[in-house]
Amino acid sequence: MMFRTIAIVAGLGLALAAPAEAQTPRKGGTIRMTAPYGSSFTSLDIHTTQRAQDEIYAKALHRSLYIWNSAEGKPVLELAKEDVVSGGGLVHTFKLRDDAYFHNGRKMTADDVIWSYNRIMDGTKAYPGARYVRIIEGAAAVEKGQAKEISGLKKIDDFTVEMKLTENLDPGFYFFTALTSIYPADEAAKESFLQKPIGLGPFKFVEHVPGSRIAMERWDRFYKPGKPYADKVVVSIMAEAAARDVAFRNKEIDTSVLGPAQYVAYQNDADLKGTIVEVAEVFTRYMGMNPSFKPFTDKRVRQAINYAIDTDLIINKLVKGKAYRATSWLPLTSSAYDKAMKPYPYDPAKAKQLLTEAGYPSGFEFEWTTSQNESWGLPIVSAVIPMLDKVGIKAKVKQIETAVLSEVIRSGDYQAFIYSQQTGPDPLAALKCFHSSTPQSACNYMNFKNAEFDKIIDEAGQADDVAKRTQLLQKANALLYDEAPVWFFNYNKAVMAVQPWLHGVQLNATELTHQNVEDLWVDETSPAK
Amino acid sequence: MLSFVIRRLLQTIPTVLAVVLMVFVLFSVVPGSIVSSMSDDADPQVELRMKKQLGLDDPIYVRFGAYIAKLATGDFGTSFRTREPVTAMIAKRAWPTLQLICAAMAFAVLLGVPLGFVAALRPGGIVDTLAMVLAVSGLSIAKFWLGLVLMYLFALKLGWLPSFGYGDGGPKYLLLPALTLGVSPMALFARTTRAAVLEIMTADFVRTARSKGMSEARVVKWHVMRNALVIILTTVGLQFGGLMGQAVVVEKLFSWPGIGSLLVDSVLQRDIPAVQGSILVVVLAFLAINLLIDVLYGVIDPRIRYA
Repeated sequence: MMFRTIAIVAGLGLALAAPAEAQTPRKGGTIRMTAPYGSSFTSLDIHTTQRAQDEIYAKALHRSLYIWNSAEGKPVLELAKEDVVSGGGLVHTFKLRDDAYFHNGRKMTADDVIWSYNRIMDGTKAYPGARYVRIIEGAAAVEKGQAKEISGLKKIDDFTVEMKLTENLDPGFYFFTALTSIYPADEAAKESFLQKPIGLGPFKFVEHVPGSRIAMERWDRFYKPGKPYADKVVVSIMAEAAARDVAFRNKEIDTSVLGPAQYVAYQNDADLKGTIVEVAEVFTRYMGMNPSFKPFTDKRVRQAINYAIDTDLIINKLVKGKAYRATSWLPLTSSAYDKAMKPYPYDPAKAKQLLTEAGYPSGFEFEWTTSQNESWGLPIVSAVIPMLDKVGIKAKVKQIETAVLSEVIRSGDYQAFIYSQQTGPDPLAALKCFHSSTPQSACNYMNFKNAEFDKIIDEAGQADDVAKRTQLLQKANALLYDEAPVWFFNYNKAVMAVQPWLHGVQLNATELTHQNVEDLWVDETSPAK
Repeated sequence: MLSFVIRRLLQTIPTVLAVVLMVFVLFSVVPGSIVSSMSDDADPQVELRMKKQLGLDDPIYVRFGAYIAKLATGDFGTSFRTREPVTAMIAKRAWPTLQLICAAMAFAVLLGVPLGFVAALRPGGIVDTLAMVLAVSGLSIAKFWLGLVLMYLFALKLGWLPSFGYGDGGPKYLLLPALTLGVSPMALFARTTRAAVLEIMTADFVRTARSKGMSEARVVKWHVMRNALVIILTTVGLQFGGLMGQAVVVEKLFSWPGIGSLLVDSVLQRDIPAVQGSILVVVLAFLAINLLIDVLYGVIDPRIRYA
């Protein structure tokens, strides 16, 4: 429900386009999307890449056991018609679709599901989807090379799979991204698959011009009746915001992700204002503090950092309002987000007082590792440094590549860093990153250890009642806020410009560019016939 | 001539080896690995196994030896990311880059050289002044900005050309990126040509030719142009190498599927075989163009001997 409220409030352009949504979707036409996060797709094997860039095309080409439903703000079954839960919430028996055909015309079966999950756990490949499949009993043993097949996966018949989990979790949160796409077991093992991928998605592969575009055409045997609507989808790689702007204004593309500067420009342009859609994505931007670096071991110092930074000013002036103020770890669109929570106010005097109490009346100096990222990198660090300086804290910048940053964070080789971390859609998974049993190399980047926090999270994990679980997660989130292992900066506000002739755009809080393409359609005013 | 070409080809071997070694060592010491670029929570054991499988846990000299042995057979290795042979990846990207550079160079030579000639024939005149203003502007304009201006003008305002993309690789898609890339060398060629022609015009042998009663047209054709071309050719050769580097910006801006964007992405993803292969191809192309230029010297001016 909250998801809907936020989506309605945030989806300005979509609301304006509401009358068009009421029209009957038109068959045919070409959807021209853009991939804005780099100059190439990493690979045509979506199991190997965790970049948001690659999932843009993968949503058209592939399908996973679940799919993200943006309207409901949760994952729903996609390749299965039914999930029967037993064994205290640990055993899930999936009745698979018997009408899902791969693009080579073969029907998907239970073997393909089992083969795909076993492939992802290959312990010599570091497939990023392993983090999700690991929740199946016996998956970790395959990863470690102690077993050849995941013991927790059983084929009951061609269209029934039994999945035994290690914990009482909602598997939907783990099996909806393209990282866990179901591949055709026979074809995917061939070398040719890497050049001409075959999936279960609404569009089949036609052409890849590396560094420029991927083109796909309608798969007529897609299992959702009447879908997809469009004949063709072209995803063009356009990393440069200014170039996307020209192409969008020139009506050469149907979608364009907007950065802070364009966000302001489009809002102030009468012709373009109505094209904007925005959503609070499940990413939290923050400065992580290393607890083994002495001043940061003290909670008062970490809190002082939160008081010393005028976060609202940075969001309004530097990020141009293209972010939501973070009030703790869980983002606005999380089902466990607590609206009653208030952010740390800007209070340098309080920060100084806390520093004095902690034994740092004259402040201290630390090294701040950052990438160049415009939304959560060097520009933000540069704006924060004078604010910290006011309370006596000197920050020395250490700039590194974004690609190296994640390695530095995982190894703990930092005093402080600034980053953007996925904090949803599953609030339990997001908060579990701070459980003392989660290694730093996984996602406990601040090496947070707190017995009380562990206890609450363990209780939440065992709670069958949704309301009770949510209450416990809110409690854990509040504790985290008080402990302040990070400077809580913002939750990303994803903004996309959408041409008026493109309909059906979903406000996907997990990543706005990831659209269920079968629901998109273009009307007759589209210049691409 | 043939012995000169063979000798030059042999001379390139140490250059290529030095470049290969430099790139190899560089990517062995820079932080970041293929595993961390693939997954941010890879099991440490998986990381070790993957490094072993990719041969990344061997000492650097063993890896370098294995790489050189492969190179000797024409095998550039297999991409860590796409698992494609690097040669196949480069082959897909080489043609668009070649198209882009050749079109940019053609524009630069066909406009820049005549402009420099005309400017030098009437130094201080209106044409000269205009040509040099154009040249200075062309050299100082940032490619990124110029590309955006051209997009804005020819795509958005006039609607004559697409603003981005490769399309079918035809001229419609090639024009704007080539123009963006070609303006700077065009300006350089205009300046170089002007300077070369002015210098030759005051040379003793030109004065002698004139004093012998040779017409101005013949002086320009037989003495000035031929001698200036050697200098221009050298600049053209060097610019080819420069354009390969500058193409990265243009490729990214126009979503042009060339080697530049392959190289940048491979570096960011720590796809070492793809990085090594891309750099090697760029270096080889640069050396080949310079060899071709050296050969052309002799064609233009037979006095140049390949002893």
